[in-house]
Amino acid sequence: MKRKKSILYSKKAAPYIFILPFLLSFAFFWIYPLFSTIKMSFQDIQPAQTTFVGFDNYKKLLIDPAFHIAVGNSFEYMLLTCVILIPIPMLFAVLMDSNLVKAKGVWKAILYLPALTSVVISGTLFRLMFSEYDTGQMNILMHMFGFASIKWLKFKATGLGALLILACWRWTGVNMLYFLSGLKGIDKSLYESAEIDGANAWNKFRFITFPLLKPTSIYVLTISVYAGLAMFLESFMLWAGNSSPNNIGLTIVGYLYKRGIEKNQLGYASAIGLVLLVIALIINMVQLVLNGTFKKEAD
Amino acid sequence: MAAEKKEKIRLSYKQKVLSAISSAFFGILSFLIIFPVIAGLVASFRPGRELIRKGLSINLDISTMNLKNYIYLFAGNADSIKFFTWFKNSLWITFLSVVLTLIICYFVAYGFAMYDFKFRTPLFFLVIATMMVPFEILMLPLYKEVISLKLIDTVAGVILPGICSASTIFFFRQYMLGLPKELLDAGRIDGATEFGICIKIMLPITKPAFASMAILCAMGAWNNLLWPLLVFRTSSKFTLPIGLNTLLTPYGNNYDVLIAGSMVAIIPVFAVFLAFQKYFIDGMTVGAVKG
Repeated sequence: MKRKKSILYSKKAAPYIFILPFLLSFAFFWIYPLFSTIKMSFQDIQPAQTTFVGFDNYKKLLIDPAFHIAVGNSFEYMLLTCVILIPIPMLFAVLMDSNLVKAKGVWKAILYLPALTSVVISGTLFRLMFSEYDTGQMNILMHMFGFASIKWLKFKATGLGALLILACWRWTGVNMLYFLSGLKGIDKSLYESAEIDGANAWNKFRFITFPLLKPTSIYVLTISVYAGLAMFLESFMLWAGNSSPNNIGLTIVGYLYKRGIEKNQLGYASAIGLVLLVIALIINMVQLVLNGTFKKEAD
Repeated sequence: MAAEKKEKIRLSYKQKVLSAISSAFFGILSFLIIFPVIAGLVASFRPGRELIRKGLSINLDISTMNLKNYIYLFAGNADSIKFFTWFKNSLWITFLSVVLTLIICYFVAYGFAMYDFKFRTPLFFLVIATMMVPFEILMLPLYKEVISLKLIDTVAGVILPGICSASTIFFFRQYMLGLPKELLDAGRIDGATEFGICIKIMLPITKPAFASMAILCAMGAWNNLLWPLLVFRTSSKFTLPIGLNTLLTPYGNNYDVLIAGSMVAIIPVFAVFLAFQKYFIDGMTVGAVKG
């Protein structure tokens, strides 16, 4: 083949030109901010001057009660969403995948709809449903069972409950779709041979479906952990702003927002962000090990 | 023989019952899921003051219902002008970010999928790395950066940081890896430039991937709240979610626009979803299947 000199024909230069936009974006909008937030976390940033303060921001975090509450809330929310929003959508998907259910398309579409609604709208709807007045949906429900009205968003347990219900409302359908697509990849003949061996429905689930769904489960687990730890807007909308009574709805990102944006303490907020980053990276490593990524070749 | 036949009928009867139960189960579940939206819809026909006082009560008392909120929303007063400005801004930002994201990510993915080059694996690892850090951590330094670049309160400031979306690159690359590379060599023999091959040969066969990604990016851009909330300061530039969010004053005097506006904001999204459901699901589940 004849070698053309023009760069337009160069197979060597071409890939770098194609990926150039990524490299630029990576440098400007990822590496630079990442390093600048690491730097800021060791600084006290005032409008007039910036001073290096070493680990002071981190030391303050260690004894900051609001930060501890925020970390606790984020972890509670993350753990509970994982406990609820993985097994239940998985079972729903298995049921949906069986030939028992009629009008599948309709149910799938409806279950997915909440994921399309902006968090502003869903948060507003749920705040109204969890209103403390007698006429809010949840209190009407309580009256039906003979209980008194509850001030849902004023107490820790009920506030967290409201957040979880909002999370279930938004993500059940999405997670179910993930599992459904995982189920599609399972070879149907496995079930047939299991049937010949006399396996019942439970055994088929236990020994075929569940193990073969592992990659999907790990994926859903990963995104749930991330979304759970970085949750902010749901709480922001449910309490109509970033402040909830006794910080019952405060999350790590909520606290970062409060310190960094509302109080303009960029150094302190950066330290909060880095704590979250370290947590995220640890979880990532654990996930990669569980997934066996290191055993496989990259790519 | 007869016994066997009986068994079969009994089984199918049992299956019918099971089928009815599971269908009913999903019916009830779907009702619970759609209930808040219906309650919101019903509430949007009531005075906004009522909402603040009574919450989202779903009594279907027709006598208190009217179209006033919607008439107010479409009437051309100060609030409605704001609402439609936000709506227009949202459309524009969604359009721009979808078009730019798709074009850029398509080229980047093409580079990663179709060439063997020295630093391919480490560079692609960087793409994956950007997916591993939650955006919220970079939000503050990005905010500072956008201020110093004088992009604060501009559309560019909202769109640029997210334009090279790792998940979109990942999806395109995944799709292209499934296509035969021989096509490219055929193009080279015909004397096409590398860029020409990318456009004339590859682009037409990646159309389905474009559809999925366009819808996914559009959803993200249309509903994006956190970043535009930081970047935009002038209310005439707000997108719909930020605008609706500003209506949430403790006094509740704007609930008329808020609730009717929310319903109007949901409708285009639902319509797009119902029309392109398949592409939604393809685009969304690509990561899950790969694992």
